[in-house]
Amino acid sequence: MSAPTEERPLEHRFGPYGGQFVPETLMPALAELEAAWSAARVDPGYRSELDGLLRDFGGRPTPIYRARRLSERAERPIYLKREDLNHTGSHKLNNALGQVLLAKRMGKSRIIAETGAGQHGVATATVCALLGMECMVYMGVEDTRRQRPNVQRMELLGAKVQPVDAGAKTLKEATSAAIRDWVTNVQSTHYVIGSVVGPAPYPALVRDLQRVIGDEARAQMLEREGRLPSRVIACVGGGSNAMGIFAAFIPDEEVELVGVEAGGEGIDTPRHGAPLTVGGRAGILHGSRSAVMQDEEGQIVQAHSISAGLDYPGAGPEHAHLRDSGRARYVAVPDRDALGAFREVARLEGIIPALETAHALAWVMAQPGGELDLVCLSGRGDKDLAEVLGAAGA
Amino acid sequence: MSTTAMTGVQRIADAFASTTKRAALMPYVMAGFPTLAESVRIGEACVQAGADVIELGVPYSDPLADGPVIHEAGTRALAAGANVAGVLEVARALSSSIPVVLMCYANMVFAPGVEAFVERLARTGACGLIVPDLPLGEAPEVLAACESRGLALVPLVAPTTTPERMAAIGAQARGFLYAVSVVGITGERSGLAERFAEVVAKARASTQAPVALGFGIATPEQARQAADAGADGVIVGTRLVRAAAEAEDPAGAVGALVGELAAALAPTDQRSAS
Ligand SMILES: Cc1ncc(COP(=O)(O)O)c(C=O)c1O
Repeated sequence: MSAPTEERPLEHRFGPYGGQFVPETLMPALAELEAAWSAARVDPGYRSELDGLLRDFGGRPTPIYRARRLSERAERPIYLKREDLNHTGSHKLNNALGQVLLAKRMGKSRIIAETGAGQHGVATATVCALLGMECMVYMGVEDTRRQRPNVQRMELLGAKVQPVDAGAKTLKEATSAAIRDWVTNVQSTHYVIGSVVGPAPYPALVRDLQRVIGDEARAQMLEREGRLPSRVIACVGGGSNAMGIFAAFIPDEEVELVGVEAGGEGIDTPRHGAPLTVGGRAGILHGSRSAVMQDEEGQIVQAHSISAGLDYPGAGPEHAHLRDSGRARYVAVPDRDALGAFREVARLEGIIPALETAHALAWVMAQPGGELDLVCLSGRGDKDLAEVLGAAGA
Repeated sequence: MSTTAMTGVQRIADAFASTTKRAALMPYVMAGFPTLAESVRIGEACVQAGADVIELGVPYSDPLADGPVIHEAGTRALAAGANVAGVLEVARALSSSIPVVLMCYANMVFAPGVEAFVERLARTGACGLIVPDLPLGEAPEVLAACESRGLALVPLVAPTTTPERMAAIGAQARGFLYAVSVVGITGERSGLAERFAEVVAKARASTQAPVALGFGIATPEQARQAADAGADGVIVGTRLVRAAAEAEDPAGAVGALVGELAAALAPTDQRSAS
């Protein structure tokens, strides 16, 4: 159920996007990873081990839930794909399980990861505990502050959390630090990248591992409603939960795909995290060409979002391609509206969503037009309580 | 031949051929650090002290191949107002006296368009370009733009590079082949020299171009070991950038270190000093 069975080659490029813009030192490791994933994803032994863990350890399949009071208010059915019910509380576990299992097959002894919201770090630390691997997670100092409970969880799970003090001290800098570690320790180490970003084959690899979200949800919708949703909506940081749920619906042309980015303080200001929505010239960040926030000389600029997981100046290359081809569209929701949705969904549904997810929920609540909406509820919001209650007090 | 009549590729070849040292000495200078004007003085001090080629770094927001010292210098250069126009003025000022090879991350080359970027670079009189995050498969457009202007696109090889890749990269090397001496990012390291000979020999077998060894080389002793290992050029970066960061007189401090490195590479010095 979790990986594609066809032997289609892994994409290096998505239209003009993607590629491998990394130091030469990493090139053999990328080739090795590509070969390993090409073999593993069609290997019944690997897949049954992964599927077994996703089920028994992770709690899959996750349900779809027809949100009662949200649907009533919106006067149309709104379904939530409950990735918050995964072990560790978000979709990030799907990718971490797949990649750490793969690293083990490749004979790597050490795992590194970057994290913004901390959910990918927690998922990776969890799987490393399960499989007995050494784990180091890079996290911006600002994010260690605003996602404190996740730092504590990672440490409890036996991972070392390395705070990153450069630049804006958020996800971009944590990713750069992880890549530098990988360049230095590439022979022993696998880098578990947390989203559909990075050099090939990562965007395709992470999508393959996350498409379980869409594959399940599509079948569940058909079973429950006897039809496909008219709109599928997901938040986009790097874009892994969105790519995961979109992937299954791409051939269904009648289904509208909507990615919701971080509008921050407004996309008419420089303080946002919405490179796909804003558009402009493509750029290169963390090893691939995609939508990137940059100045006219090509310096990457700092993103801003209330939500650490969306506070990133780039997005996955496949999303940039889906945008250009018109198959998906991308919109931005500002901090303020995401905070509003966070509280509203908690009271209306008894579900506290992650602040990242709250962006997608805010858009759905404000945008009628669908007849049947499916939202990826990418994670739960326990980690965000201090930040949200702090923002409300301020 | 006057330097202006030579192409960048020829000027670099000439620098390797005509050095009186055992290997060409190739200091790295971060353009705009601590200021644009001071980085020109640092470059001039390198020339005075015996440098053969200058590798001129372009400050970048996200330098993935660089360790903390060069990253910090780039961050400070940007904060001090360094931009592409300013960096290219540094390249122009130094190019009259020494071959300059620009070290610039890929996004800055692609941002204005490859043709436009390379044309601007060529107009400064600089001789070549190193793009540390542009491996062979992504290089054709930049290579073509450089070739048509006689500029050298200098590729890198690493200890992890496979023999097949090494051959393909070596065949495309122009100016020189940059052999990365360690698995890792830029920074000072001790006890590297055991692998120098192997790294240089593998690189040498793949190319007609001179082989320059870099990453981690900081001391005169290491420079001598690089020459012993057969390197045609020795690149020293982080040690010099750190000196520029720490000294009251950055140009004086960098010049003094480059002088010591040059002395260590003098043919008479051989192994007698050790
Ligand atoms: C719950 C949740 N949703 C979404 C994201 C954003 O990542 P992506 O766009 O890769 O799904 C994160 C990232 O930390 C997250 O924790």
